[in-house]
Amino acid sequence: MKKYSYVGALIMLIIISSCGNTANENKAKVKMDPARMAIQGEMEAELTAPPKVPASVGDRSAKKLVVNMEVIEEEGEMTDGVKYVYWTFGGSVPGSFIRTRVGDEIEFHIKNHPDNKLPHNIDLHAVTGPGGGATSSFVAPGHEKVFNFKVINEGLFVYHCATAPVGMHIANGMYGLILVEPEGGLPPVDKEYYVMQGDFYTKGEYGEPGVQPFDMKKAVEEDADYVVFNGKVGSMTGDNAITANVGETVRLYVGNGGPNLVSSFHVIGEIFDKVYIEGGSVINKNVQTTLVPAGGAAIVEFKVDVPGTFILVDHSIFRAFNKGALGMLKVEGNENRTIYSGTIQEGIYLPEGTSNQEMPSSEKEEAVNTNISMSERIELGKQIYSRTCFACHQAEGQGIPNAFPPLAKSDYLNKDVNKAIDAVLNGLSGEIEVNGVKYNSVMTKQNLSNDEVANVLNYVYNQWGNSKKEVTPAMVKARRSSEGH
Amino acid sequence: MALVFRIIYSFLLLISTTVIGVSQSDNMVYIKGGAYVPLYGNDSSRVVVNDFLLDIYPVTRAEYLNFVKNNPEWTKSAVKRIFADGNYLISWKDDYTLNQKISGSAPITNVSWFAAKNYCKAQGKRLPTIDEWEFAAMADETRIDARPDSLYNQYILSWYETPKAFNKEIGSTFKNIWGVYDLHGLVWEWTQDFNSVLLSGESRKDVDADRNLFCGSGSIGATDLMNYAAFMRYAFRGSIKANYSVKNLGFRCANKAQK
Repeated sequence: MKKYSYVGALIMLIIISSCGNTANENKAKVKMDPARMAIQGEMEAELTAPPKVPASVGDRSAKKLVVNMEVIEEEGEMTDGVKYVYWTFGGSVPGSFIRTRVGDEIEFHIKNHPDNKLPHNIDLHAVTGPGGGATSSFVAPGHEKVFNFKVINEGLFVYHCATAPVGMHIANGMYGLILVEPEGGLPPVDKEYYVMQGDFYTKGEYGEPGVQPFDMKKAVEEDADYVVFNGKVGSMTGDNAITANVGETVRLYVGNGGPNLVSSFHVIGEIFDKVYIEGGSVINKNVQTTLVPAGGAAIVEFKVDVPGTFILVDHSIFRAFNKGALGMLKVEGNENRTIYSGTIQEGIYLPEGTSNQEMPSSEKEEAVNTNISMSERIELGKQIYSRTCFACHQAEGQGIPNAFPPLAKSDYLNKDVNKAIDAVLNGLSGEIEVNGVKYNSVMTKQNLSNDEVANVLNYVYNQWGNSKKEVTPAMVKARRSSEGH
Repeated sequence: MALVFRIIYSFLLLISTTVIGVSQSDNMVYIKGGAYVPLYGNDSSRVVVNDFLLDIYPVTRAEYLNFVKNNPEWTKSAVKRIFADGNYLISWKDDYTLNQKISGSAPITNVSWFAAKNYCKAQGKRLPTIDEWEFAAMADETRIDARPDSLYNQYILSWYETPKAFNKEIGSTFKNIWGVYDLHGLVWEWTQDFNSVLLSGESRKDVDADRNLFCGSGSIGATDLMNYAAFMRYAFRGSIKANYSVKNLGFRCANKAQK
């Protein structure tokens, strides 16, 4: 039964697809059938390692394009101290970027380095033909195979090795992108980069040092240790970040080699003005996150309007922060405060009615230790300061301009010790003037014992050029008692 | 303790000479045949392997040099291209000089199938068949068939990933229960009928064509890793031709079991 319905479905499919083909053919003939485009001349393809891409085809005619791709098995660095034996197209992961145009006739040379242990091949998704070239390109170590194909469909395509076990060849880094531009090339942009995600499975957990062998079990279970852009953790961060200038349009050729995981590609702080969905011809606009399937791609474009560092992530976000799927785009140029102001105000947030609320207070009426020395009080006070006061008044008591007044050389503090004690005990809000500058902010009431208030104030008074005024627990107790009761 | 080991050792020797009946002559061991299920074969059923003799070690560079001296038609300069491609003995300085950087006890590589076949013939031997080779190679130190063991497979897989193992000397990997060394971990090895495996190199297609083989082998989960290790060997065999001379590919000889 099942078999028959399967056959039926197949026949249906054939009918549908053959109908589809006729429709497409008619359409294509109006333009020009790429399969029939004549070629003029011959050239060797420029191949680039990520994040670089070769120059656009521009308005060049369709040509015979010779691609020389060498397969190299070599040890590389996954992240600091972690080595991995990568299998590569052209010595990089992802492999060399190939840029071609519709109508080109590609003469593809695949060369398997003699030191390699394994046979390899290549399946280019841009190929129309069985196996995408895999059968014709199956090559033993120390040998070379050549095959030809005509580029018919435009778009951004993945290529990968398809030798058994295919999952392992891909998991070890054997994938890359081939871009097929339309006649005349894609519209020019200011910056173009090559970004490709991949997941890796190692015997040791993330970050475990040494040479880490591939773990087949984890790969089968899709339990990735590393999810990275361009073959390793940090391939596009710090000094390796990709760059652009304010006002430029950036185009990213984004691929996903897998072997297993689908990418939710996102650039933090940017909206994609255009996405060539799945690397094809349909353009979506104003996209936040685009899905890049394993064995698929997308072209994203955006104009950078403001300077700063924009983070490229797989928005399956633990992959970004715990497995390595993080890159950086550094944009330089002038600020545009209309588009993005930066922080303009910072203050304490008190929800409605909180001024009447208090932290659960444990009336700390412990026995006052009168034997404690001043230096010990200051030391204890320092600890309280770093726990309680530091966030607003800052490490050197300098405060934060326009938000929190300074404690260093503070006239407000040094003028009246009682006001200082009151501020700690009861909090302080409304406009005050400190060293000639007006502040209108809120300090919350601190839940500290008399002893603790004394200690922290002694610390503050003995720092940063303040008056060294001594505050005793008794003084604090007196202020607490006088507190409007 | 030492005494206990000595007793066990002599006991093992006794077993090996009486029960298995190992003939150590010409550095070969006796492999008692049996039936096994290969990953690929003529069909999905079990394959019967007859008793045979197998070299303990792969043929070394020094041994091969000796062969070339006695058979000058197999020197680098004299060999015909249809019998060995341009990589034949490529690291040798000249017809009779090994590359001194690599030990004479390392396995000979960069030899074609024709060369390997003739070497064995000159010793009164022959190349093992795929089934003989695979049968002998599914053993580890203690078991005739260690393939279901994930550690055994992990060991093989990790070698497949390690570049440049061909510089190591013979005997540097483990000795299996038959007394054979280096079936895994040193170099690939030629087999008599290597090209009877029609692997197109398009693994997805191959998987499809041989689907019944996979199902036939039963519990899919348990054999996943085993299949992967074997897959790589078969893929390799499928990628080579008889005149290819590959840096990671050596050989050893086999022979009919003497009665």
